[in-house]
Amino acid sequence: MRLSGIRLSHFKNTENCETVGLDCPERVIMSMSQHIGAPAEPLVRAGDEVKVGTKIGDADTRMTCPIHASVSGKVEKIGEMLLPNGKTCKTVEILSDGLMTPDPDIAPPVITDKASLAAAVKESGCCGMGGAGFPTHIKLDYDEQKTRIDTLVINAAECEPYITSDYRELMENTDRVIGGMKLVKEVLGIERAVIGIEENKPKAIKLFRERLADEKGFEVLKLRSSYPQGAEKVIAFYATGGRIIGEGELAYDKGVIVLNASTTGFLYDYSQTGMPFVSRRVTVDGDAVGKPGNLRAPIGTPITDLLAACDTDMENVKRLIAGGPMMGISLYDPGLPLLKTNNAFLAFKTPAKKEVQTACIKCGRCIAACPLGLMPAEFERAYDRRDREALNRLKINLCMNCGSCSYVCPAKRPLAEKNQLAKGFAISR
Amino acid sequence: MDPKEFTVDPSPHLRDSCTTSRIMLHVIIATVPAMVTSAIFFGWRVLTLIAFCALSAMLWERLIRFVMKRPDTTDDLSAMVTGILLAFNLPVTLPIWMAAIGTFTAIVVVKQLFGGLGQNFANPAIVGRIVLMLSFTGYMTHWVLPEGVDAVSTATPLVTEESYSYIDLFLGRCGGCIGETSKLALLIGGAYLVITRVITLHAPLAFIGTVYLFSAAVGKDPIYQILSGGLMLGAIFMATDYVTTPVTKKGRVVFGIGCGIVTCVIRFWCNAPEGVSYSILLMNIVTPYIDMFTGKKAFGGKYGRDKKEAGK
Repeated sequence: MRLSGIRLSHFKNTENCETVGLDCPERVIMSMSQHIGAPAEPLVRAGDEVKVGTKIGDADTRMTCPIHASVSGKVEKIGEMLLPNGKTCKTVEILSDGLMTPDPDIAPPVITDKASLAAAVKESGCCGMGGAGFPTHIKLDYDEQKTRIDTLVINAAECEPYITSDYRELMENTDRVIGGMKLVKEVLGIERAVIGIEENKPKAIKLFRERLADEKGFEVLKLRSSYPQGAEKVIAFYATGGRIIGEGELAYDKGVIVLNASTTGFLYDYSQTGMPFVSRRVTVDGDAVGKPGNLRAPIGTPITDLLAACDTDMENVKRLIAGGPMMGISLYDPGLPLLKTNNAFLAFKTPAKKEVQTACIKCGRCIAACPLGLMPAEFERAYDRRDREALNRLKINLCMNCGSCSYVCPAKRPLAEKNQLAKGFAISR
Repeated sequence: MDPKEFTVDPSPHLRDSCTTSRIMLHVIIATVPAMVTSAIFFGWRVLTLIAFCALSAMLWERLIRFVMKRPDTTDDLSAMVTGILLAFNLPVTLPIWMAAIGTFTAIVVVKQLFGGLGQNFANPAIVGRIVLMLSFTGYMTHWVLPEGVDAVSTATPLVTEESYSYIDLFLGRCGGCIGETSKLALLIGGAYLVITRVITLHAPLAFIGTVYLFSAAVGKDPIYQILSGGLMLGAIFMATDYVTTPVTKKGRVVFGIGCGIVTCVIRFWCNAPEGVSYSILLMNIVTPYIDMFTGKKAFGGKYGRDKKEAGK
């Protein structure tokens, strides 16, 4: 069986751009909400001295990852910020002293079994680096008595156009990624580790095939270049020969753990050095960017600094997107900081186009395109008549907002947008 | 920092270049081979009639939208497609004013009064043809021999039963409506539509395949049956109309099989020579029910009993 997908132009302009370290920014803005889940509470006050890796935010809730200072310096203030998703959250603004002094208390974690691995991962502040930002420790937090994990899937599909940050991780930090795979595989006693790479990255496939040729229990899975191959359910389906992660289930319920390639590399580094999640690689591209490339930057770096480092023509930027063009979110303020989940920033000279909507002609393209077998045109009709029962029957809750339906619609209807509205409506009272 | 004027939009920020009018343009291009062969066999009046139907359909659409105080939609080209397909269903000798009644029925009554593109439950061109057939049966069944021999009455292959050779039927050297005679030209148009991904093969193959098997089963010559009448035209251009056929692949197969069975029943046992248009109309009417029973199951979705078990 093959899941539906759509063919996109790849625009991987930056695939050969080696990662460049960004100069230490003057100040960083640490958002206390970096990913899905409850926001953290600041642990520091204005005037406190912090070092790289000092914990500055945390919460007791299960879905929260702690937040660590990404530069050394002085906390200037605890502020507030409006996130692109419309929520406000607290921020810790740090004025950098330019020295990037690491916190002296940082030491490699002791990882011996599943519990210590999950605890260490939580302390590292690690969340998925592929875009959705699911806290990694939750993926490891399964009941060993009930669940046996037999497959570890490393997601290096990177199916969104433009983004190459995971690809650069594979090419530049091959050892790190393989180290991370081995770490998780051995600690959790998983028999099979599969790294899934889309066929538009032949060099990475070849490299990993060579490096993993003599290793037992490791496989490289070549995926068709089809969007959205990197969605967790989709890649898990192909990597396990057809296991379906059902409604209300997490990957581990089906014996699978799916980790992003860059996340895997980070986990290895963390196990060796103990330095928490304080920086990441981010692709900067788009037609307003003079020198598109990949940057390694401290979390919290203002986006303007990242764009400036790539010679962006700021005067002419009309549109700024955090993430890929399919699932990324439009930004209205370039002063927002880099978050743990941002894998790309795309700056374009062309403004967002207001598509002229025409009537649905029932062509069925959206239905044929949906990777999860949903019926977006039916969702739209049900939502327009505010039919909660029909929306639930059609499984609106399963929509992952990949945007394939809107992409293919010849009538240019905002199907993905309506799906999100409908999803909210279906669970409301 | 200066406040910047960024434009924002919801994801996805990329859209495919395919639009409704481009799809309609593809359909129009796909009808060209049949127009050309028909003009060769039946003479220049074919082109006049097609042009008249296309233009009058667009004119009716513009007028009714104006009367209904709605924005003009002729630029999506769907009215032109309807006009051309209606012309394909007419004999070359039909008077122009009758054709105008046909396009009026198709565009105003069937399409716009039900809400315009996307809302009509039946294929406008098919209903236009059926109305003309019932109103002006004599004119609508006045066939001429091809190759320019004007006004020599003849019969269609379905009436004469097996008097034409397969090759004549395939190339279009037989009596019949403007667009239905040359199966070769229709197949070229169909291939174009498949290559440009405008249509899928589900409905046409199910339709033609069912007619083939049904005819063979009741002892008729199956190849003669699929090469004669409006079957190819109906299967390729009418049973693939998006609006009036099911949305899923499974539904389209059911639709095609239903069309095939109804066509054969009418051809073999009813007091009418041709059943393609009635079969498509009948299946158009049951399309919402087909859609209801052929909806897709969500990947990983839990329904009914699974759900109760999952809840335990």
